[in-house]
Amino acid sequence: MLLARITGTVVATRKDPRLEGKKLLICQLVNPRGEDEKGYIIAVDTVDAGYREKVLIVQGSSARMAAGCKDTPVDAAIVGIVDHVEEER
Amino acid sequence: MYLGKVVGNVVCSVKDDALVGIRLMLVERLYGGGTVVALDAVGSGPGETVYVCRGKEASFAFKGREVPTEATIVAIVDDVQRME
Repeated sequence: MLLARITGTVVATRKDPRLEGKKLLICQLVNPRGEDEKGYIIAVDTVDAGYREKVLIVQGSSARMAAGCKDTPVDAAIVGIVDHVEEER
Repeated sequence: MYLGKVVGNVVCSVKDDALVGIRLMLVERLYGGGTVVALDAVGSGPGETVYVCRGKEASFAFKGREVPTEATIVAIVDDVQRME
């Protein structure tokens, strides 16, 4: 599972019917300290995340187990809004 | 599956209902690799070496529940012996 920050939204008029009503967000990958990492992911939002929020993303076939994503063509879903990260090294 | 070291945890108050009650740990992969967030199925703590299961099988650690995870800590490692 990955940490990311919401940087934008994606609008698609023509899409798979099972994706209708689902919010697609652009997520910039970040490290535990909140600094940007290389790469981004388009993920389906299941927790009502908003712009600039730090989120938790589940990838792969497990993304279909997120709320409301059963049997949908989804391989990345936002399943949590991060309050804070505690690092103990 | 891979080995990792628990280096912290992540706190989310808004999350998928299936994740409620499960701890989210920050795991640094051993022998190269970055840091990932993994669910804890065995009660691990910071500093411990753990065994992380990847992919859809990661949710099998929470039998009977459909938990959306692709990385779960399924064991705490006591010892690793590398021949080479």
